Amino acid sequence: MTVTAENPENGAAAQEPQAEISAEKLLAPVLSAFWDEDGSWTLDTYRRHEGYEGLRKALAMQPDDVIAYVKESGLRGRGGAGFPTGMKWQFIPQGDGKPHYLVVNADESEPGTCKDIPLLFANPHALIEGIVIACYAIRSEHAFIYLRGEVVPVLRRLHEAVREAYAAGYLGKNVLGSGLDLELTVHAGAGAYICGEETALLDSLEGRRGQPRLRPPFPAVAGLYACPTVVNNVESIASVPAILNKGKDWFRSMGSEKSPGFTLYSLSGHVASPGQYEGPLGITLRQLLDMSGGMRPGHRLKFWTPGGSSTPLLTDEHLDVPLDYEGVGAAGSMLGTKALQCFDETTCVVRAVTRWTEFYAHESCGKCTPCREGTYWLVQLLRDIEAGKGAMSDLDKLADIADNINGKSFCALGDGAASPIFSSLKYFRAEYEEHITGRGCPFDPARSTAWADGPTDTTEVNA
Amino acid sequence: MTDVSLGMPQLPAPDYPADVRTRLEADAKEIISRYPGARSALLPLLHLVQSEEGYVTRTGVQFCAELLDLTTAEVTAVATFYTMYRRKPGGEYHVGVCTNTLCAVMGGDAIFSALQEHLGVGNGGTTQDGKVTLEHIECNAACDFAPVLMVNWEFFDNQTIESAKRLVDDLRAGSRVEPTRGAPLCGFRETSRILAGFPDERPGAVEATGGAGPASLIGLRLSRGESAAAARVVHPRAGATRPAAAPEPGAEHLSSHDAPQTTSASDPEHPAGPVTEEGE
Repeated sequence: MTVTAENPENGAAAQEPQAEISAEKLLAPVLSAFWDEDGSWTLDTYRRHEGYEGLRKALAMQPDDVIAYVKESGLRGRGGAGFPTGMKWQFIPQGDGKPHYLVVNADESEPGTCKDIPLLFANPHALIEGIVIACYAIRSEHAFIYLRGEVVPVLRRLHEAVREAYAAGYLGKNVLGSGLDLELTVHAGAGAYICGEETALLDSLEGRRGQPRLRPPFPAVAGLYACPTVVNNVESIASVPAILNKGKDWFRSMGSEKSPGFTLYSLSGHVASPGQYEGPLGITLRQLLDMSGGMRPGHRLKFWTPGGSSTPLLTDEHLDVPLDYEGVGAAGSMLGTKALQCFDETTCVVRAVTRWTEFYAHESCGKCTPCREGTYWLVQLLRDIEAGKGAMSDLDKLADIADNINGKSFCALGDGAASPIFSSLKYFRAEYEEHITGRGCPFDPARSTAWADGPTDTTEVNA
Repeated sequence: MTDVSLGMPQLPAPDYPADVRTRLEADAKEIISRYPGARSALLPLLHLVQSEEGYVTRTGVQFCAELLDLTTAEVTAVATFYTMYRRKPGGEYHVGVCTNTLCAVMGGDAIFSALQEHLGVGNGGTTQDGKVTLEHIECNAACDFAPVLMVNWEFFDNQTIESAKRLVDDLRAGSRVEPTRGAPLCGFRETSRILAGFPDERPGAVEATGGAGPASLIGLRLSRGESAAAARVVHPRAGATRPAAAPEPGAEHLSSHDAPQTTSASDPEHPAGPVTEEGE
């Protein structure tokens, strides 16, 4: 099937399609390169694909040199904030006589985000190899994987992969004769979005309610058990072995100067082909849709998130925004987790934002007032508007409450809750007003479902 | 816990029977030994006590408190913070329907409404036979497989109203049920034991359903020059659970029961989908 961008449906919003580039040239599977092989999660398969070669190269270097190397590669955190990974490692004070810890944040719960879970299900050893390298670099003898509890299939694979890694000498006493002793504990959470916030995660890992901590001190100084701790996202750590094995120049050959390397983009929603797309940073949503069959047949893109529900919504005006840290930032949003949730014209934006806001209200830990109270009142106002009981003044009130949460909360959950409010009012204020003047929601939710248009055998392209 | 207390404090919770206590203590000590600080074992210990009685009982709270040298108030504070801990008895199968925005829009709301009606229970309710507890859940990191159901935290991808109804019927009938991603279902207690950190010892559990779901492979296939259409395959679940089922409309589809249904519509009573009250 030839993929083209020709489609009158989208013509109004779309600029002239860019010169066509094939998927083979645009995508660059690294972490996902062998997910379709039999037993992709096993140590044998991983070794057949140069698994643990990055570790051998790292162990031949001095720990400080490994940190410098990762820093020079330009790898930035893949969990949302984009902080340089090597710099996080460098902040760990050395020679302080305290234990150091590495904690991997596998609490993937940001609405729309679905990259770490398939990665760990299909290729857990990439993470374990990255953990051993990171622990060697920061001089840690105990690492933890904090996995959200609601993904038992992944927990099984992690248990098995850790067992294999111990048996093969990649974990335990004197790893590969390097003198490094390393314990790795897989820890299952118990259902709380807030535990994806790094300091709440540490409290949770210490057996407490998952509530964020005041910073400073930062985890690099006083983290787990008040000891220096690095908290990294799964994808960040899993990207390290390939950087060591294939070189920082190879890594920097992808992406841009400030956003180098490869990453996993997760396409979901009303698209023809939802799924994982691994490629260099800076690819655009238009390119991803062009190569994958576009939106579902007969429909057009209305709004999307670049990196989960906490990143401000974008619209079809933003199809050509480069999906890297700077590009999405310049468009008024954030790259976040690269969770590209795409909604078509059948979707009510008020309904979507109401549901996300209910989520934030439910997941607010209750520690700080702006978030705890503000998310509650946002939900009340939004439910009224969606039910046709809103007043025009409610729209300003929504913006006002969101403004009182944003930047004034204890942690980023509050900022995330404000994002969909601000951005939807910015781009779709008329739709809110329509709910108020028309005394209700003008959309039929049945038209948005995956089965609304009946079975389709053919794929049309209309990105 | 809505009884009005008239001043008499509750008596301390009864202890586990001696043999149970001995067995759980051995498990608990193994869990505690994994952590530099004992209290870190509290979340896994709460999963462990759920694996014994199916929910976090007062006895279980007392047990955790004793082993970690905490008060029962401290343990309860933690147990009530996290949604995976049950505070009352529940069904053998926890059926969670994702109704966060993306799954809700793609059909999760309609599925959740239909299941409430089909099972005759509300959010958090358990069927009379004790088999199924129905709950709406938040985003479970499977958006490219929307709409998604989780049963005992195994993935059931690309669901429809019809497939979801069949799924709960199969669970209640005691048929063997396999997820689209994950191992053949075990009970809620067995699942809780895995969550406490004890690997699933059942043969074939780790490798069940292969390396990655179809959506996870789409980018990889496109990068090799295969077409999106060829790459897009919906996971079959029907084969294992309903081998003798009569052909249904769309049966030529790779997974007939997962094929989009033409008859479905949102619950007309609740066009906006499930509206949840904060807190419960």
